[in-house]
Amino acid sequence: MSDTTMASPELTTADGVPLKKALVRSEARAKRRAFLLVAPLFLFVLITFVVPIGQMLFQSVYNDSFSATAPALDKWFSEHPQGAPIDESAYAALASDLKTMKENRTQGQAGTRINYDVAGTRSLFTSTARKIDRLEPPWKEAILGVNEGWNDPNLWRAMRSATHPYTIDFYLAALDMTRDKNDNIVGVNPDRAIYGKLFWRTAVLSFIITVLCMILAFPIAHLLASLPLAKSNLLMIFVLLPFWTSLLVRTTSWMVLLQQQGVLNDLLVWLGIVNNDGRLEMMYNKTGTIIAMTHILLPFMVLPLYSVMRTIPPSYVRAARSLGATSWTAFRRIYLPQTLPGIGAGALLVFILSVGYYITPALVGGADGQLISNMIAFHMQKSLNWSLAAALASLLLAGVLILYWLYDRLVGIDNMKLG
Amino acid sequence: MNNAADGDGFVVFDRVQKSYDGETLVVKDLNLSIGKGEFLTMLGPSGSGKTTCLMMLAGFEMATNGEILLDGKNINMVPPHKRGIGMVFQNYALFPHMTVGENLAFPLEVRGMGKDERETKIKRALDMVQMGDFINRRPAQLSGGQQQRIALARALVFDPELVLMDEPLGALDKQLREHMQFEIKHLHESLGITVVYVTHDQGEALTMSDRVAVFNDGRIQQLAAPDELYERPQNSFVAQFIGENNKLPGTVETLTGDTCTVRLETGEIIDATAVNIREAGQETLVSIRPERVEFKPEMMPAGAHTIGAEVLEVIYMGDILRTRMRVAGSDEFVMKSRNTLDQVRLKPGERLKIGWHPQDARALDPM
Repeated sequence: MSDTTMASPELTTADGVPLKKALVRSEARAKRRAFLLVAPLFLFVLITFVVPIGQMLFQSVYNDSFSATAPALDKWFSEHPQGAPIDESAYAALASDLKTMKENRTQGQAGTRINYDVAGTRSLFTSTARKIDRLEPPWKEAILGVNEGWNDPNLWRAMRSATHPYTIDFYLAALDMTRDKNDNIVGVNPDRAIYGKLFWRTAVLSFIITVLCMILAFPIAHLLASLPLAKSNLLMIFVLLPFWTSLLVRTTSWMVLLQQQGVLNDLLVWLGIVNNDGRLEMMYNKTGTIIAMTHILLPFMVLPLYSVMRTIPPSYVRAARSLGATSWTAFRRIYLPQTLPGIGAGALLVFILSVGYYITPALVGGADGQLISNMIAFHMQKSLNWSLAAALASLLLAGVLILYWLYDRLVGIDNMKLG
Repeated sequence: MNNAADGDGFVVFDRVQKSYDGETLVVKDLNLSIGKGEFLTMLGPSGSGKTTCLMMLAGFEMATNGEILLDGKNINMVPPHKRGIGMVFQNYALFPHMTVGENLAFPLEVRGMGKDERETKIKRALDMVQMGDFINRRPAQLSGGQQQRIALARALVFDPELVLMDEPLGALDKQLREHMQFEIKHLHESLGITVVYVTHDQGEALTMSDRVAVFNDGRIQQLAAPDELYERPQNSFVAQFIGENNKLPGTVETLTGDTCTVRLETGEIIDATAVNIREAGQETLVSIRPERVEFKPEMMPAGAHTIGAEVLEVIYMGDILRTRMRVAGSDEFVMKSRNTLDQVRLKPGERLKIGWHPQDARALDPM
């Protein structure tokens, strides 16, 4: 606030050196050594984690594949505001850019970028650029003569917005939104809205998987924590065994078990629980994703729970019992509250892992059990719309961070025990 | 030697046996009757079966054989929460996620007691241990001694007639421990409750108890009041375990009624009281308390045998002087004398005659 504090006499060492300075000096060596020890990991994290994530965040708001290849249009758009008539000068700029694109072979790249916003326009760019050398002014008639599609105001609006390399359009797309002809942000046609549904499904499935893991892991962890060490170590191997097996092997073994002609269905038919025509569909849908992922993520719930339960002495429950509590009351009021740090850590871990899970839903999810990460992978590998993939991934990251923040507010991150 | 269960005690162990693995008995044939209002301590080294007995009484372990009676009723099959026994645990077992008040309210809540009555009882229990101001603290914010008091208050808040304590003072420092010993003792007296107390600290057992049951090897070795236990141990184990003790091995020379003479390994003959020896000629271990050893001729009882000793070391301990000497071939013979104004200070290397009243030398089994 105000400068009313009295200047306290500075503490000095016996030699008259200020105490703070002496402290810094005496600890400098130890600090340097500590830093050198950490340096390799620090560099590794920087190169493999911070930089790629920064790159991804940047990609989600930056795409210059059109703005860099169409300088003349960029100039024209900056000189003519939104709503100006698309006249001869605009087509002249387009023709000039198409020529540049043809020389640099970038028409496909530019077309792809516009294609994100207006479907089917990539071929417009490639086909017109192919013929651009033979065209003569006036450019408007000439270009429209090649393809009437250039007359679409949506296309011109898309090109205008694509000349800004920094854009939030990918986030809009990731949130099932778009711009109408007046540049207002509106929701897309409901039957084209897919990402919102996928985010929701991802959250719901992750929640179900987390709850299932919790229910399954709690008794196991309790058993592990209360058995003598030799026996609990043996049992721990069974818990960890899936960890040591390849993810693919585990997932495919679930396929063997769960598919319609699989072991489980055969057994059910043989037992007469279902008849041969009514074989259960437990694979290539949500059920398959839930079963396989619960199994795979179970250890992440067991381990934090176990490490917390191990530290709860049996005397607490005994004390509660001796004080007159039934075993259920003792469990609910004494044991369970003390396992909360483990439950919290395990649930957070499992939820975050399953929100971003890719391989298992891809293999056993079918169309119904796909998660948002499968869509991100699709945009990375198939549609090559990396900016949209980055936007989706960033939203996912933001969701996880919000969850983390909520957890911190509700439970406190200091209370978390990961093992 | 064991007190046979007479059936009219408040707590009765009747031929109780306990085995965990079906091969060895941790508790072998325990018969014990505890009167109402009594402070009984189970004392013994670790693994002697004392904690197992307490756990069986609390209901956390099942007796493999025999009956445990509480107020005349067999409680073998009664689950712990229906026994109504207060218990103080070794590490207090205060619920860390509850405040002191909530900890104390817990036994009352599970009994379905109303809020007003709860508050009165909690306040009374906290005042009893002088912790009234700490009702809103969490156990982690309390010192060890304070936690101990809260644990005590929690075990007493629902007015149990029987309170079990499992080494409750083990985690406290010496001064606090001694202070708490008196407080527990006073609480016991003022409330008139029955206390069964488990400890391996013989000092604690002697200061607090009405009677002490010394456990070893799954059996009660001796059950007696503290003074009786200290002054008249019934066997070598009890003599060793309670207090400091000099032991001189030898052979019984003559045996007349309660008194005997023992020829030590180096040939000297000493007088002793026969405790659990049967006949002349058998091996024995003579036990003498260090503070009952005398070296001034005028203090010796008439007619007592004396024995030569060589001073090896004098340790100054403030209130007493501890003199280690060589007696009958043993280098570990200790004599304790009070550090009075006129006390003679012996020097290492000095040779002298020492002796004791024959009643203080007890010829016991050779272990």
